[in-house]
Amino acid sequence: MKHYLTSYAFPRFLQWLVVIVVGVTVTFIIPRLLPINPVEETLQNVSATSFTDPRAVADFKKSIEELYGLQGTPEEQYVHFWERLFRGDLGPALSAFPTPVTTVIRNAMPWTAGLLGSTILISWLLGLILGTLAAYFPNRVWTHLLANSLVTIYPIPYFILGLLLVIVFAFYIPIFPLVGGAVGSPSLSLPYLVSILQHAFLPALSLVLLGTAFRFIMARALAGTAISSDYVTFAETAGLPKRTILFHYVMRNSLLPQVTDLALSLGAMFEGALITEVVFSYPGIGFQLYTAILQADYNLILGVTLFSIVGVATAALLIDLSYPLFDPRVRHS
Amino acid sequence: MQTFRAATKIVADMFRYSPAFRSGSTILVVLLILAALSVVSPYGPSDRQVVPMNLPPSPSYPFGTTALGQDVFWLTAFAIRNSLFVAGLAVVIGRSIGVLLGSFSGYTGGATDRILSSLADTFIVIPRLPLLMLIAFILKGTITLSGLAVLLGLLDWAWPSKRYRAQILSLREEEFTQTAIFAGMGSLKIIIREHLPFLIPFLLADAVSGFLYAIGMEVTLSVLGLSDLQTPTIGTMIYWSTYYQVLLTQKLWWLIAPVAAAVLLVVSLYHLSTSFSDYLDPRRRLKSLATSQGGAR
Repeated sequence: MKHYLTSYAFPRFLQWLVVIVVGVTVTFIIPRLLPINPVEETLQNVSATSFTDPRAVADFKKSIEELYGLQGTPEEQYVHFWERLFRGDLGPALSAFPTPVTTVIRNAMPWTAGLLGSTILISWLLGLILGTLAAYFPNRVWTHLLANSLVTIYPIPYFILGLLLVIVFAFYIPIFPLVGGAVGSPSLSLPYLVSILQHAFLPALSLVLLGTAFRFIMARALAGTAISSDYVTFAETAGLPKRTILFHYVMRNSLLPQVTDLALSLGAMFEGALITEVVFSYPGIGFQLYTAILQADYNLILGVTLFSIVGVATAALLIDLSYPLFDPRVRHS
Repeated sequence: MQTFRAATKIVADMFRYSPAFRSGSTILVVLLILAALSVVSPYGPSDRQVVPMNLPPSPSYPFGTTALGQDVFWLTAFAIRNSLFVAGLAVVIGRSIGVLLGSFSGYTGGATDRILSSLADTFIVIPRLPLLMLIAFILKGTITLSGLAVLLGLLDWAWPSKRYRAQILSLREEEFTQTAIFAGMGSLKIIIREHLPFLIPFLLADAVSGFLYAIGMEVTLSVLGLSDLQTPTIGTMIYWSTYYQVLLTQKLWWLIAPVAAAVLLVVSLYHLSTSFSDYLDPRRRLKSLATSQGGAR
């Protein structure tokens, strides 16, 4: 246990801190490096539509600068940035003034978390099992069919797959609703829960398809290496039942790289969820980000970016810290 | 001359024995021809109102026309060319940084290696799409295709650099590396002269995956309106067609062309990359090098 804490958990935790610091710093620096000044943009937008008193414009400019955290020297701004983060204050959402950005994110978060959580779980398990089976029975018809279709789906960008699904199954053959997360007011009643499932089905399907395809390809490769190893050949010669070999020998040993890869591909799946939400107008964080872009809501975009970085880094950390559950070598040394 | 003949033989072999390579290369060649046709296009890429609007596909307009009075066929040709350009530039930039940092980090070892690897791990975890959207949003209206490519490339070096580092780490232990060091070869020369030939097959397969990522990101950003909307790319075609509500007005040809082009492009590229990496497995190559030159080991 001590070994786990000192040589594994602690360095991993440090890595998490590094990611957060680098991520926040990058998010801080980049808008300030770009040639476009959001304050001037906003001022121009406002004063272009009507004549305003120069004093009012000056006051407005000062309050916007405070809002965007652009007061003071860059060092002061940086410290102030971190202070606000610790306080959990990401500023008001300009498109829904004065609702704080944190409230908007908090409302959208459960939708994304539900969609992402369930699809990651399903696609990871499905891809792992199907990939291992495909590697173990390489010459069956269904293996070829499955592998070919998944390999064809894999490179397709999330947006295009989502678009195709929406066009076919929500527009032309209207089995599924076109937009939204659910119908009615939130409660634990059956109609509401059913409508959640109905609305989530297509977005989840597109995420599961792509996630499974990726996981399948990786699992097939890993299982292939495990299958050609000595201990599996010995187990087969010894006449062990196929199910034992598959589960306890092949799958168990190819599980490890899959877990670390899950932590690394979390970012990609998160991005996929964002894109899918835009296609299906699913009321999660991705959709909020999209509307924020449409409405030029700089605060919300910044807030969602920061939140994504912290969220994905933390989720990856948690997955990595659960590594010993899968790898006895880390547990027992 | 000998390498050219060897390369043609490899391509011929792959064509004969790998169905993935056959399908991938034929589809890609068709798309490349279409992209190359764009130089003889009778219309400029950003011209509007040059043909009658909203006509379905017909012999005179094989892919139909758009609501802005453009010919979808020539638009698609430009779109493929521009998307390939953006993806290509992004891959060149990203992989150059990745190869340099990864090789340097793997070869030098020690604290530099740890710091660079930690940095690479950091950039892998950070979700790039929100960051890209933030940057593209701030630059909205002023970003060019080259700018977009540079942006994509600058954020796509981390994962490749890890892989190159792993390759260099294993190559460093090879006997011929030790021989070169004892013979007094400088580190940079070793990396370039001795190790790079082994990295190249991996580089090619990895470049294709970089292409796929860049195409996907370009489509995503364009569809959200965050790139150069005046220039036709696959993404901007999808953007404009959905902007003009092709689903509701039943004028789908404007949408189908870029979507089909995108799907065909990515699938063919992927087939090429898998057949390539299957054929040019570094371990197989090391063994075949040893037997053909009879002296490396």
